Amino acid sequence: GLKDGSWAVLQLVEALGFCLENTDPRVRGRGMQLLSQVLLECYSVLQEKEVLHLVLFYENRLQDHHLVIPSVLQGLRALSMCEVLSPGLAVSVLKAIFQEVHVQSLLQLDRHTVYSIITNFMGTREEELKGLGADFTFGFIQVMDGEKDPRNLLVAFQIVRDLIAKNYALGPFVEELFEVTSCYFPIDFTPPPNDPHGIQREDLILSLRAVLASTPQFAEFLLPLLIEKMDSDLQSAKLDALQTLTACCAIYGQKELQEFLPSLWSSLRREVFQTASEKVEAESLAALHALSACLSCSVLSSDTEDLLDSFLSSILQDCRHHLCEPDMKLVWPSAKILQAAAGASLRACHHITCSVLPLLLEQYTKHPQSSQRRTILEMLLGFLELQQKWGHVEEEESTLLSLQAPVCSVVFSALTDPSVQLQLVGIRALTVLGSLRGFLSPSDLELVVDHLIRLALCEEDSQSSEAAMEAAGSLAPIYPKVFSGRMVPRLEEELQSEQEEESSRDRCSLRQRCLQALAAVSTHTSIVRETVPVLLQHLRKVQKGSEAGSAQDIISVCQSLHRVALRCQQDAESCWYYHQAVVPCLLAMAVQAAMQESTHPPLRKALLQEEVLAAMVPVISAATTHLSPELAAQSVSHVVPLFLNGEVSFLPQNSFPCSFQPFQDGECLEAQRRLVALLMAFVCSLPRNVAIPQQEWLLRELLALSCSCNCPFTATTAAKCFAGLVNKHPAGQQLDEILQLAVNRIEPGLAEGPHRTQALTLLLWVTKALVLRYHPLSSHLTDKLLGLLSDTELGAAAADGFSLLMAESPDVLHKGCHADVRIMFRQRFFTDNVPKLVQGFHGAGPDVKANYLKGLSHVLNHLPNPVLVTELPTLLSLLLEALSCSDRVVQLSTLSCLQPLLLEAPQIMSLHVDTLVTKFLSLASSPTMAVRIAALRCANALTSLPTIVLLPYKARVIRALAKPLDDKKRLVRKEAVAARGEWFLLGSPGR
Amino acid sequence: GPGGGAALENANPLIYRRSGERPVTAREEDDELPDIIDDREIFDMSVQLRSAFLNPTHLIRSINDPEHPLTLEELNVVEQVRVKVNDAESTVTVEFTPTIPHCSMATLIGLSIKVKLIRSLPERFKLDVHITPGTHVSEHAVNKQLADKERVAAALENSHLLEVVNQCLSARS
Repeated sequence: GLKDGSWAVLQLVEALGFCLENTDPRVRGRGMQLLSQVLLECYSVLQEKEVLHLVLFYENRLQDHHLVIPSVLQGLRALSMCEVLSPGLAVSVLKAIFQEVHVQSLLQLDRHTVYSIITNFMGTREEELKGLGADFTFGFIQVMDGEKDPRNLLVAFQIVRDLIAKNYALGPFVEELFEVTSCYFPIDFTPPPNDPHGIQREDLILSLRAVLASTPQFAEFLLPLLIEKMDSDLQSAKLDALQTLTACCAIYGQKELQEFLPSLWSSLRREVFQTASEKVEAESLAALHALSACLSCSVLSSDTEDLLDSFLSSILQDCRHHLCEPDMKLVWPSAKILQAAAGASLRACHHITCSVLPLLLEQYTKHPQSSQRRTILEMLLGFLELQQKWGHVEEEESTLLSLQAPVCSVVFSALTDPSVQLQLVGIRALTVLGSLRGFLSPSDLELVVDHLIRLALCEEDSQSSEAAMEAAGSLAPIYPKVFSGRMVPRLEEELQSEQEEESSRDRCSLRQRCLQALAAVSTHTSIVRETVPVLLQHLRKVQKGSEAGSAQDIISVCQSLHRVALRCQQDAESCWYYHQAVVPCLLAMAVQAAMQESTHPPLRKALLQEEVLAAMVPVISAATTHLSPELAAQSVSHVVPLFLNGEVSFLPQNSFPCSFQPFQDGECLEAQRRLVALLMAFVCSLPRNVAIPQQEWLLRELLALSCSCNCPFTATTAAKCFAGLVNKHPAGQQLDEILQLAVNRIEPGLAEGPHRTQALTLLLWVTKALVLRYHPLSSHLTDKLLGLLSDTELGAAAADGFSLLMAESPDVLHKGCHADVRIMFRQRFFTDNVPKLVQGFHGAGPDVKANYLKGLSHVLNHLPNPVLVTELPTLLSLLLEALSCSDRVVQLSTLSCLQPLLLEAPQIMSLHVDTLVTKFLSLASSPTMAVRIAALRCANALTSLPTIVLLPYKARVIRALAKPLDDKKRLVRKEAVAARGEWFLLGSPGR
Repeated sequence: GPGGGAALENANPLIYRRSGERPVTAREEDDELPDIIDDREIFDMSVQLRSAFLNPTHLIRSINDPEHPLTLEELNVVEQVRVKVNDAESTVTVEFTPTIPHCSMATLIGLSIKVKLIRSLPERFKLDVHITPGTHVSEHAVNKQLADKERVAAALENSHLLEVVNQCLSARS
């Protein structure tokens, strides 16, 4: 009634009068409770006058019996939320609470109510409360003093933060406020199991840290506490202290830190030098960084001394000499300390590098051993990377510039050192030096490029060569002219030279390196325009060659072209340039070769070999996926007519000996048909919104080819291309028709005739295309596939087909080529089909049972581990049976299913320990290496089962595992050693 | 901190880089071709040992963080050049070098290496584990113990000793 105004609140009070004035405190309590609950419901409709009366009434009630107090507080909380509270009332309520209530003797919930009242008033009556001055702060200190409950502490900490952040007067109570909060530091709280409140230790830590690090006024009390806790034996206390120190540095100034700097430094030094914990080390370094940053940024009055210099000097004094002992353990901690301090500000960096860089350069010369030089250069590299952080500095300020010559000479000497490890650091240093604008002179830069060319092409160790190429790739965008003017021509020259005096193997690997380097350096638009023509020119050259190696050569060029394509994808302009330069060129070369093959068979052109075409697929695909729809449409209007109508006019070379008719019948067109692979690469990579001209015709041709072609490569490619298009085809009548056409082809094809395998391949790819997009027809096709498992001729191939359905396919039907792929398709396939597989297994004849197991294990193998672990127990008995299957694919995939299960569901697996031990030990002597390895890994994983279950088998397993210790394959022995070692430790002390 | 009163045996020892995982070759992946047991393989078996007690810095490190002690390789206790194997004749010789000439852990280190190899090698192998000549004050006494089969067997009956040895054999520690 109150809410709609039919009752006035004071009427309610009068009506309750009997209750509220009762002599029994329990009855009074119930009365208050009712009234307070009403107020909580409708505090927003109260009048100012009413509120005034209620407040006075409630304040008065605070003196009542302790049974009544909780309800009084609830009422006050309701009133504290009233907007119409008259000025002065908030203060009076708080005063009354501070005076009348001993908060810490209340229950948790009631204490929480008090905090809520305070929070509410602080939110709405800030000015009024501030009028109370430091009395408010003092009152609150008394309220929270002794609080133990984590829920209340979170609220109380928030209140303290607000007190400080909103500038309430702390007066003489700074230390008290610090004491009442810092007594919880470091937080030692473990939430009880099944805690419904969900408060984590981390919440309290962060909340308290926010309080402690909220004001410089706490500094004089807090810093000694932090220094003490850094010395704690508890790692968590150490970490908390270090992190809190870091947080404080964000608001402290030199004034607060001054007195404590020496002890802070000595504690931090001790932690970095002595700890074995990476975490403690990292937090100590972070704190040091923060200290250095704080000192660097403090605003000083004119008469105070700048402490940064003396602080850094004391660090240098303690660490510098360790840098001269590159073999000793403290060399790295010292370097890390100096780098942490130097990384805080430009000034700190200047101060430290001034002292350290000349020292390191000198040490490098003093220590002739490669390993020592490597350590020194790695440290030097760390300091150079710091320079990078500050970017370009004015010349007169940069110490580095004055050291330019010796730094370069040290780095160059590392590049020519015989030690690969030292070379690698040198190469990294080169990358950093190159990124410091204006550091390398033009002549140095040429030297750098020459070094990189030498390392990339001639260095025997592949690590150095790869690192040099990578460095060239990261420096090329900064100095594109130098690289395209100096490096690309050198590489082109090497590719063209035909020196015969070297052995052909060396030439071959040099050419390989050149191709890789061309790809690596293609990191800038202008360079791509230089490298792509070089690669294409080389491709034209090698495809003419007739040597046996030329297929491999073409593949290498394609791999480099692919890498360049990936680099071009992000830049629309490069992407289009690349597409126009490369795709027609590849098509022209292939069409030309195929026509020559048609007119003068059999040439066996290297370019038309299956693995060469397969290498061209990713190039065309990567050149196409990132095209804008407009440009893609432009390109598709050329490529599709090429294949359907033999329209060759857009190809860069125009004289072709005959017509191009890949979809025509005829023995001599076999080579032309194979180029459907290139069509697939292009047309299946297009963005989904690009319309494909004459799509229906194209689909029919592909369908026909896939079902009738005798060449498995061509048939499979046509099936994939068909599937790739169907997957992206918008739903509707057209799609239904084309799918019906496919089914009409597949069903009779599977039933009988010479092309059963082709029909199965088509079925698999179309099923995959539809499973991925959750098309309703997919279940019909999957059932067809399940039915084939019992086919004596096709069953094994159908079982392997489940792997194709589940795995990511590299060239079509994946996200990268814009296919329609639902993320949960594997789980869905699992749920829909695994029961059918299990059922089929039980009903199948002995000769085809293995097909079901194989299909099942392919499905399981591609499921994400967490899903597998939850689903597997139901399938466990089947899997155990699969271990006895003689098919090694089944064995292998079953073992790889069981291994995670052993680790993650040891209790369930314990029930079958006898079978598992026997099977694993027998498979450990399988004739197939991969099975032996997997079986031994499982035998190792068995040790995560409860020891008590395993002990009866210990002696037997150890004896049996002695045999694979002498296996002829090293990889098997390695697993045997690991597994046997674990079994020895079972149940023995010190495990 | 704890152990603070004790003198550190070698607080700032020389440390060495790990050679990294042995790369798998194409030959090793070939099912048919046999791979002989070579020096590197034995070396890899021996250097995986790691334990706080083997670590001369244990007085300052082990207490704070027993999880990351250095390996024998990082301490250069076992080097690949000091591991010799002859697969055909079934012999293995491992020389190990204590970090300092009076290292009190030498026997335990040797014992751990020996146990690890006994557990990891086919039975046909004859094992010889000894200290690199001239690197330890009680070289002969330690070598004698390590060569004495009965004594090794007895040491492994001693549950305290076995515990320490097992600790450093445990891959999970």
